Amino acid sequence: PTVPRAGSTLLGYIGIDTIIEQMRKKTMKAGFDFNIMIVGHSGLGKSTLVNTLFKSQVSRWSSGWGGEHKIPKTVEIKAVSHVIEEGGVKMKLTVIDTPGFGDQINNENCWDPISKYINEQYEKFLKEEVNIARKKRIPDTRVHCCLYFISPTGHSLRQLDIEFMKHLSRVVNIIPVIAKSDTMTPDEKNEFKHRVRKELETHGIEYYPQNEFDDDMEDKNENDKIREAMPFAVVGSDKEFQVNGKRVLGRKTAWGVVEVENPNHCEFALLRDFLIRSHLQDLKEVTHNIHYETYRARRLNDNGGLHPISANNTQESNL
Amino acid sequence: LSVVTCPDSWEEHAFMFGFCLQQEKLLEGYVGFANLPNQVYRKSVKRGFEFTLMVVGESGLGKSTLINSLFLTDLYSPEYPGPSHRIKKTVQVEQSKVLVKEGGVQLLLTIVDTPGFGDAVDNSNCWQPVIDHIDSKFEDYLNSESRVNRRQMPDNRVHCCLYFIAPSGHGLKPLDIEFMKRLHEKVNIIPLIAKADTMTPEECQQFKKQIMREITEHKIQIYEFPETNDEEENKMVKKIKDRLPLAVVGSNTIIVVNEKRVRGRQYPWGVAEVENGEHCDFTILRNMLIRTHMQDLKDVTNNVHYENYRSRKLAAVTYNGVDNNKNKGPMTKSPLAQMEEERREHVTKMEKMEMEMEQVFEMKVKEKIQKLKDSELELQRRHEQMKKNLEAQHKELEEKRRQLEDEKHNWEAQQRVLEQQKLDKIFTK
Repeated sequence: PTVPRAGSTLLGYIGIDTIIEQMRKKTMKAGFDFNIMIVGHSGLGKSTLVNTLFKSQVSRWSSGWGGEHKIPKTVEIKAVSHVIEEGGVKMKLTVIDTPGFGDQINNENCWDPISKYINEQYEKFLKEEVNIARKKRIPDTRVHCCLYFISPTGHSLRQLDIEFMKHLSRVVNIIPVIAKSDTMTPDEKNEFKHRVRKELETHGIEYYPQNEFDDDMEDKNENDKIREAMPFAVVGSDKEFQVNGKRVLGRKTAWGVVEVENPNHCEFALLRDFLIRSHLQDLKEVTHNIHYETYRARRLNDNGGLHPISANNTQESNL
Repeated sequence: LSVVTCPDSWEEHAFMFGFCLQQEKLLEGYVGFANLPNQVYRKSVKRGFEFTLMVVGESGLGKSTLINSLFLTDLYSPEYPGPSHRIKKTVQVEQSKVLVKEGGVQLLLTIVDTPGFGDAVDNSNCWQPVIDHIDSKFEDYLNSESRVNRRQMPDNRVHCCLYFIAPSGHGLKPLDIEFMKRLHEKVNIIPLIAKADTMTPEECQQFKKQIMREITEHKIQIYEFPETNDEEENKMVKKIKDRLPLAVVGSNTIIVVNEKRVRGRQYPWGVAEVENGEHCDFTILRNMLIRTHMQDLKDVTNNVHYENYRSRKLAAVTYNGVDNNKNKGPMTKSPLAQMEEERREHVTKMEKMEMEMEQVFEMKVKEKIQKLKDSELELQRRHEQMKKNLEAQHKELEEKRRQLEDEKHNWEAQQRVLEQQKLDKIFTK
């Protein structure tokens, strides 16, 4: 607890600034939810990356090669929740995986199940909000962030990537990342990133942080810097190796060790800082204030008004 | 050359026993047919060699780079950009020819590329253009073989297909399995793991094992390295077989490592050397493809894949009207068995046709009979009608006659009455 500061222009010390402390205490007690969805075709290191991001085995496949990875025939949505704690702050992290995306021969509309899932979460939240007797804290299962994994071909985006992002950038925060970037030399990486950014621009795909939601100049400057560096070229690993006497997370190949947290090797550290250390709350806010509100407005307009129902109503709501 | 001068008696003995001895005769001097291989060699060198290599895989897997590395040329240069720089909406099949010379030997290398393969959202039937291309090359060869003037027979058949598997680390994708299943009986498939510098050695091992497991599970027949009589060679072949599918890395940029100039890829954490056996299997691929097995690939294409195609095609043509080119039965059936089947099919068809004809004939006969009956009835009716008419007329006539008679009678009666009256008149005067 901070020591209350004397020396304000008021006649005495009131204690308004302790509100920050009070908020902190409350948040710590309540904990908070974060839902992250990972999308990309199989073999791009999605699960490994999420494990690396949150420094624990939070993804479906907890250990590297346990069991067979059978490619499902249709896109499935699998959500796994964990509660992780750091510095007294509890976070309920839900990782939503989408196995089967982009793996079939015919991938037409493989984003439909994903779109449906996202809208279903908005619908659930809306229903709770509209209830007469609603819970104090509505459980938030809405997808706050969608990490889209781009295959490091070195040429350009694939047709499927463009289609997916076009359809979903208006519904959820999409953060494109270049997977398995240890495939590319630094020059190839820069060229690829440049080309991908250009293509995203050409197709009008607004990835997070979106241009239109920058509040003020400070935000804009910060976000501009981030936007220039996106999409982040990342490498994931949950194994440690000794390099120069230090233990680092990395991948050991016959010609060297790829260090995951070394900014010269890949941009994992940038992604992690951006996602968790600076913009976590912002992701949730954009989801709540903008994406969810858009959904809600559309629903209400379609239905011509809602009638709230009581909690123990057994009839179906007229939503 | 060793000499076994056998007395005639021994020869007789040999023949009596019913086997013919291969006699090795020593030569008194140098004859010179040891030069034969050289003659063959010189002729072939003069003729030059041809080899057609097909590369298939999604875009961005390093196919063009690998080809450039294998043949140490810039097949795709800035003036002639490769398929990677052109975005394709549908699968195309493109050929590029390059003449490579080394040590007096010419090789006309044809690279068949398939840009657009597996890149669309819906990839059903993206293998069809590839199959069509291979079949059309077989057909060209078949036609040129069947010509009268066979002076020039260019061999454009696809001798080898390098299939690039993306280094996902998990297993084969459905597209990979479908493609290989459809093409393993038409061309020699050599599966490669592309961009192998993505994986650590352990991941690579796992991945290879997984792929081979899936290949045997789906009964895909990839190119098999032939066993030879030589022990040494067999050992080498076994080593290659253990490392299938080959994990390759391609590069033509030269980097200095430990004061040596090597081809490789420079990363911040080290240099991945292309020709280092511990880094990737590129050297194995190159040796196998060019230095040891190129001729065998051509032979297998000629003796197995081409013959399969040929027997299917010719069997289909023998029986006109029976289109067997769409028959997707097992192609390992011998041509004779195929012909038997065709004959049987033909016979059953003939029988069916006969039966049909009989049926038609019967039907026609029935119709005719019916018609005749009808006309008979018709005739009878008319006959009756006429008879009736006749009778009616007859009756009429009778009527009239009677009337006439009656009139006659009446008239006669009247005449007599008149006569009587006349007589009476005379008498009364």
